[in-house]
Amino acid sequence: MEHRVYSLPKKRMGELFGLISSSRQLFLPMEKGGQFQFSRVDEHTDLEGVSLDRLLTAGSAKELFFPQTQQIAAFRRRGKEIELTSAETLTSAFVAFGVRACDARSLEVLDRAFLGTPRDTMYEEKRSKGTVVTLACNEPEETCFCSVFSIDAASPKGDVETWIAGDTLYWRPGSEKGAELTQELDALLDPCSEEEPEGLIQLKQQIRSIIGKLPLGRLSLEQFRPEALQELFDDPAWQKLSEPCIGCGTCTFVCPTCQCFDIRDFDTGEGVQRFRCWDSCMYSDFTTMAHGNPRTSQVERFRQRFMHKLVYYPANHDGLYSCAGCGRCVSKCPNSMNMVKVMKTLGGAQHV
Amino acid sequence: MSNCSCNSTNALVPTIGVVTDIRVDTPDVKTFRVTGVQGGLCFDYVPGQCAMLSIPGVGEAMFSITSSPTNREYMEFSIKKCGILTDWLHEIEPGQQVAIRGPYGNGFPVDTVLKGRDLLFIAGGIGLAPLRSVINYCIDNRKDYGTIDIVYGARSAEDLVHIDELKTYWNSLENVSVHLTIDNPQEGWDGHVGFVPAYVQELGFDVDRTVLVCGPPIMIKFTLASLGELGFEKSQVYTTMELKMKCGIGTCGRCNIGSKYVCKDGPVFRCDELESLPAEY
Amino acid sequence: MHNSSCTVKETARKILESGQAERLLGWEQDSSGYNHAPAVFKSAGELDRFIYDRFCGSNLSKLLARLREAEGRTAVLLKACDRESFNLLVREHRIDPEQVHRVDIECSGMVDIEKLRNKGIKGIREITESGDELHISTLYGEKRCRSEEVLLEKCLSCPAVSSADAFDAVGQMEERSSLERYEFWKEALSTCIRCNACRNSCPVCTCEQCIFDNPRSGTAGKASADFFEDQHFHLVRVFHAAGRCTDCGECTRVCPQGIPLYLLNRKVIKDINELYGELSLEDKELGKGALTSFSFQDAHPDIIRKRTGDQ
Ligand code: SF4
Ligand code: SF4
Ligand code: SF4
Ligand code: SF4
Ligand code: FES
Repeated sequence: MEHRVYSLPKKRMGELFGLISSSRQLFLPMEKGGQFQFSRVDEHTDLEGVSLDRLLTAGSAKELFFPQTQQIAAFRRRGKEIELTSAETLTSAFVAFGVRACDARSLEVLDRAFLGTPRDTMYEEKRSKGTVVTLACNEPEETCFCSVFSIDAASPKGDVETWIAGDTLYWRPGSEKGAELTQELDALLDPCSEEEPEGLIQLKQQIRSIIGKLPLGRLSLEQFRPEALQELFDDPAWQKLSEPCIGCGTCTFVCPTCQCFDIRDFDTGEGVQRFRCWDSCMYSDFTTMAHGNPRTSQVERFRQRFMHKLVYYPANHDGLYSCAGCGRCVSKCPNSMNMVKVMKTLGGAQHV
Repeated sequence: MSNCSCNSTNALVPTIGVVTDIRVDTPDVKTFRVTGVQGGLCFDYVPGQCAMLSIPGVGEAMFSITSSPTNREYMEFSIKKCGILTDWLHEIEPGQQVAIRGPYGNGFPVDTVLKGRDLLFIAGGIGLAPLRSVINYCIDNRKDYGTIDIVYGARSAEDLVHIDELKTYWNSLENVSVHLTIDNPQEGWDGHVGFVPAYVQELGFDVDRTVLVCGPPIMIKFTLASLGELGFEKSQVYTTMELKMKCGIGTCGRCNIGSKYVCKDGPVFRCDELESLPAEY
Repeated sequence: MHNSSCTVKETARKILESGQAERLLGWEQDSSGYNHAPAVFKSAGELDRFIYDRFCGSNLSKLLARLREAEGRTAVLLKACDRESFNLLVREHRIDPEQVHRVDIECSGMVDIEKLRNKGIKGIREITESGDELHISTLYGEKRCRSEEVLLEKCLSCPAVSSADAFDAVGQMEERSSLERYEFWKEALSTCIRCNACRNSCPVCTCEQCIFDNPRSGTAGKASADFFEDQHFHLVRVFHAAGRCTDCGECTRVCPQGIPLYLLNRKVIKDINELYGELSLEDKELGKGALTSFSFQDAHPDIIRKRTGDQ
């Protein structure tokens, strides 16, 4: 079903946020110590810190669905006995507002990874309770390359899609969940008479024209096919590419599509909390077993990250790449090594 | 059916089982018998599948199930002492509860490819553990399978696991032959001496068999070469892989070989399939 | 753009051509104009892609330590802020000075791209420099800003570039009450994602296996499950680096969350300077660091209570 477009004067967005947060938890990109993060807002939050101008949050929207640490179960041990005292907790309904098209795509990538068989019920719980309100990117950065993966930053897919065009916020539900939220906001949102208001059409054109000019917008994916797996795996370029990599894991933690996690126990003294937490294939202990490690050097660990995104994942998921071109690894790697340099080099071009 | 009481649908949440018996196999391998708290199996499985065992606060790790699912009373795990969790497990006594989840992986194709075939099992050291599940499964469904040969070797006589079963049970069955070997001569051992791959070649088997191999990577490598010389195709040989695992369901991202996840697409691979994957294992 | 950039490249060429070193550790140019990665150059021919400009903030000495096993001599370019870490790594036997051709290079301050972005500058295409101004051509028009406004934190108090006192901010922090300081760090560290960029780029962190990675240490932990874990990681790191941290500024530069880690390290340096005399690594032998040797002139532990006035 085609949903209609609604509008709201931009200056009334505070009211919108107020109304949303009266019935659900609301997460918005907010400034925190010079960086931007999706943060929970409620009636006490100073909306000054909300930043919808800054393009990307430092961490991605995946944090809301796949948090860095998440409890799996709790146990108590008494002598020889083990008691399972609790399993996962439930999430309340929430709205993530201001999710960019790349982060929205990353959720599609995570869905396929986590909602296969068996389903990851912790992720599923968050995903089913969360409503994703996307926001078109008025001013893409030079590090953005979402268009390479056929993501349209001018029309970001989500439960609700929004645009800020001049003084107006345009709002269009994109799913049943989004339609439900829209209904709750009936008092504020004004249905537009046209199918697509002029202001919106113009904004989209403007965004697409900038996207067309982005320096990284023309990276080629041609080389990255499942059939080329072995050839890419054996490419001697990995050696040079991985040279500056210090195996820190930053790229994996800021990446919206990185899904790897570890399972750990934490003895609180009162009992044992078993939780999962983000892990990184860039770490040597990631694959270390008592009797060896199949990835002995950083070259192999580095290769894994990029092969996964560009070849392994697509091989398992109908050709969908597990990079969304958000550019976070491009701007956050301490030693300036990133997806783009890998794609350029393996794709046959020097990365300078 | 499961007697464990846990209602969580979360695949990462274990149920509680209890260790009812512990057998010392070798100086560093013990076999643990595990049942649900009320007895019986914690879950159903097929030979070759694995389970995650844990002692909360100590660790969690993946082990192959060494008993056959035809045994409805308990599961068994043969565990080598080689890390924090396994050190701990080697200290426990019967009655100790453990957290357990599973089953994980694909298992051996006992009800398809292996049906009606003459089988050759080749194992080294603790590698007998996953194969033992298949062997007992075949023995319990004897009419479904042809002759069974088991070639098994270890460093020394003391390192052979499940030795009683090998010598007195399997060896006594019709159409089942056990061929044991140890790496170096030692006092009191009058059997074969030498490495498994060479022994396989020495014994020489008909190429119409389906082969199941498990052991240290280096042994697998040379065994495949021996089998090749005997005229076996890689597509006749199955093996089972071991990589670091955490989730068991293909989501934690650490057990992949190329685009295949050992916990989900494996641990059992046909050797020609394995060969088509990047050599990162 | 940099006065010295051509000279540095020339020096690099001479070193490789003359065979003074087998390889040279420097920076490789990126098409973005600023995202230059450290790289190893093995011949003068490879230097086409060499760059040295305002965007070579990374400290090469840590990477040098990784090349320890490489055959032959390695030449390394050291900015003023990188030299003390080099000294430290030599002192701790992580680098064999015999195997290294050390080249001290000039630097007039490195630009922090994050600071440019925080000024609202987006879609950077090219950055040029004239006088003390940066001209940034962006997808959204031409922008300008004074270079000193966007220097990396570490450059702001580097004697080569500025006369500011590195310990000012620490002094201000000391003025606050312990409760205020606690709240400050609780807030600041709450955003830590334990990505380990700070640790892995730190030239002091060269342990073969960090206790936070060692499953047998009892303190291994990947996640910041709570504030205790955040504090634990950072405070243990600061104390392990005490007397060794050279204030090279890498941790602060690389933190994706913009956490002001330098405040912690400088507090320790300031205390060591006050209590044990100025920190310098150049002429110190191993085991003669402020916290790894003892003399009767050393400060009494009691000093803590005296200084804070706490009971
Ligand atoms: S952020 Fe950069 S240095 Fe760190 S692991 Fe990723 S590629 Fe390596
Ligand atoms: S690999 Fe880099 S560009 Fe791609 S989604 Fe991850 S962080 Fe973004
Ligand atoms: S990568 Fe695309 S969708 Fe993401 S922030 Fe940039 S322009 Fe927007
Ligand atoms: S670099 Fe920053 S976010 Fe990463 S571990 Fe260090 S302090 Fe935490
Ligand atoms: S064990 Fe987690 S993906 Fe295989």
